[in-house]
Amino acid sequence: MERIPTFRKGGVHPDDKKVLSNGQAIERLPMPQELLVPLSQHLGAPATPLKAKGDTVTIGEKIGEASSFISANIHAPVQGTITDIRKVTLANSVITDAFIITPDAEQPSDTWTEQPYDELSARELLDIVKEMGVVGTGGATFPTHVKLSVPKGKRVEALVVNGVECEPYLTADHRLMLEQTDLVLRGIMIAARITDPKKIIIGVENNKKDAIRKLREVIAANSYPILVTPLKVKYPQGDEKQLLKATINREIPSGKLPLDVGAVVVNVGTAFALYEAVALRKPLIDRVVTISGEAMETKRNVRAPIGAKVADLVAFAGGFSHEPEKIISGGPMMGFAFYDDQVPIIKGSSGILALDADPATQAPRTPCISCGRCVAACPMGLQPTKLYRLIENRRYEEAMKLNLMDCKECGCCSYSCPAHIPLVHGMKLGKRLGRK
Amino acid sequence: MEGPKLIVSSSPHLHAKSSTASIMWDVSIALTPAALWGVYVFGFRALAILLVSIASAVGIEWLLGRLSKETTIGDGSAFLTGLLIGMNMPADAAFAVPIIASTFAIFVVKWTFGGLGANWINPALAGRVFVFFSFTGLMNTYRMPRTLSAPDAVGSATMLTEMKLAVSELSSPQLGSAAILSDVGYPFTSFAQSVSSWFQQALGIPLSPYTVDAFFGNMAGCIGEVSAFLLIVGAIYLIVKKVITWHTPLSFIVSFSLLSWIFGGLRNGLGVFQGDFVLQLFTGGMMLGALFMATDMVTSPTTKKGMVVFGTGIGFFTFIFRFFGSLPEAVSLAIILMNIFVPTIDRYLMPKRFGEVVKTPKKEAQA
Repeated sequence: MERIPTFRKGGVHPDDKKVLSNGQAIERLPMPQELLVPLSQHLGAPATPLKAKGDTVTIGEKIGEASSFISANIHAPVQGTITDIRKVTLANSVITDAFIITPDAEQPSDTWTEQPYDELSARELLDIVKEMGVVGTGGATFPTHVKLSVPKGKRVEALVVNGVECEPYLTADHRLMLEQTDLVLRGIMIAARITDPKKIIIGVENNKKDAIRKLREVIAANSYPILVTPLKVKYPQGDEKQLLKATINREIPSGKLPLDVGAVVVNVGTAFALYEAVALRKPLIDRVVTISGEAMETKRNVRAPIGAKVADLVAFAGGFSHEPEKIISGGPMMGFAFYDDQVPIIKGSSGILALDADPATQAPRTPCISCGRCVAACPMGLQPTKLYRLIENRRYEEAMKLNLMDCKECGCCSYSCPAHIPLVHGMKLGKRLGRK
Repeated sequence: MEGPKLIVSSSPHLHAKSSTASIMWDVSIALTPAALWGVYVFGFRALAILLVSIASAVGIEWLLGRLSKETTIGDGSAFLTGLLIGMNMPADAAFAVPIIASTFAIFVVKWTFGGLGANWINPALAGRVFVFFSFTGLMNTYRMPRTLSAPDAVGSATMLTEMKLAVSELSSPQLGSAAILSDVGYPFTSFAQSVSSWFQQALGIPLSPYTVDAFFGNMAGCIGEVSAFLLIVGAIYLIVKKVITWHTPLSFIVSFSLLSWIFGGLRNGLGVFQGDFVLQLFTGGMMLGALFMATDMVTSPTTKKGMVVFGTGIGFFTFIFRFFGSLPEAVSLAIILMNIFVPTIDRYLMPKRFGEVVKTPKKEAQA
């Protein structure tokens, strides 16, 4: 029997709810009336606008230029007219300038055809990735060209592809692995050509057995040098630190990057975007989004243009079946609750969830009984209860000494706290105030 | 948005199905079989003591809650404290004793320190120790279980007391525990006799009938502490439900067993490695203490490493007090003593930080 690894320290097992949407093939969202394309969809500096109000744009045209090394280009997702440039608030409460684009009634068909890329050097490939505005689609939206830039003298031991999708409800990456298996693998091979790793591993949680089987079939048929590693289901395995622990048994030191342990991590969705960027010269202008949650009329996986409003996606799913208590962008463990259905889908939007009132999350807070469940659940080896107490008493420096900055807000502590103390909320506050 | 009232709050938006109240009630459920056994063997009077304890603990919690305008009886912690106090009483205790113990536990130990989560000793344990040293005579009058003698026969000593007396009077030196008990004519059930001989004949393991009786709860003692078997069943329920972990109880039991086995025989004039730790494990408040008092979350460490140190320390002090101390109450005092060290343990035994250990990259990485 195959040994199925996972990471060791901490973690929780929430009900994965994948079954709601994992049988739904990816559909295309009908063209929305209006798109809101923000200039800041990525980690790092916002892009500089290249177009003005009233300009017409063609599909895939660059409309925002990366303003520094850690930044990303923005492209027009449709052919249309820029009717306005104004501030919009994203689901994560970031306020940024955005192009308001009205799509033309007639859109060009089949703009993208495969072009040869076998002759290109790693440098040329990397330039294309940068030009096409590819960023990590898992949620952190780190610019991919930065991630794939391996400094001179460093050798990549392993390219680890993140097919974990550990957040409950989300099935976008799962569907991509099933439906676009070969293209995802070709995207991975492009990342491999850029980074020249000694080995390539795809980590997939064991609740996606069909994807594991399909990947292995296509890998065998094409003799790709890629290993598929099934992983035991445990949240937050999709975090690169836990993923690297589970797949190559390396722990990224505090404050360091995967490269410091000789690894490069890319998401399955990002690999697919890499294929489109390099082979089709198609910028990252659309992505697969899971529409799910108990209060959503139907559950879908939809390919939506960047800038489509949440309202368009909800309408596509047939609206709400009943009044939701929360609408979430992303997964329920780390996603953002928001209230405005006019916020746009951005490059990092993996899901839109309409959740029921969960009595467990709304329970009143009671005193800490030092049960230690948060300590046991923390994948980073922190003591959330102690940190929370220090932060409550504004003793930020002491909290820093207890490695507060290692916290990545994965939510395991709050999830397991029987006293319903908002531990993650406290950590976020402490990190922000403690930095000053 | 056209209507729905949406909640905007910090992530995560999911929560495990557990609460402080569910933990407290789970512990109470786990204690129930052992409590019912106590009622069965010690009679109606035991039930009355349990009810008085619970009613007085909950009543005082309610009263204090009224005064400070809080409603806290719903969290189940006062019920649990009351139940534990009742289980720690002899069936023949005067009704005033559990009332005093509950008042001390809830008012002095819990509320004056700041309520649930802020006390440094387990309230029930503190209540028991308080009344024990206040009313030593009353608290040392046990009745025999109905399985050993006629109901309502009052005035027996526990196995532990008999063993301790034998040693202090030096009436039976050079003897193991079972021999001492049989020397003083301590009774055992015919069931224990047959289990004992079955072990001897079928497995070749010498097992004293006293150990069998102590394990199943056929001995004099407090209402809830006699049946080690049912307490273990309750603890397994809690471990399966992930309410408690094995770290504290197991390290307690292991450290106590090892020390008793190695050095316990010295007290009886025997050599090292002659101690009868098996009987020791099932007598007195050992199981109740290890499984339900030492595992009290508020007063035990938060890390697994800390729990192991904490449990080992309790085992050590229990051994010292039981074998070489002049007072009974070894387990209770050992737990309280280690409670004092909990903040220190939590300060120095922190969990290992992720990513601290960086393996040096292999040579080939430089290629």
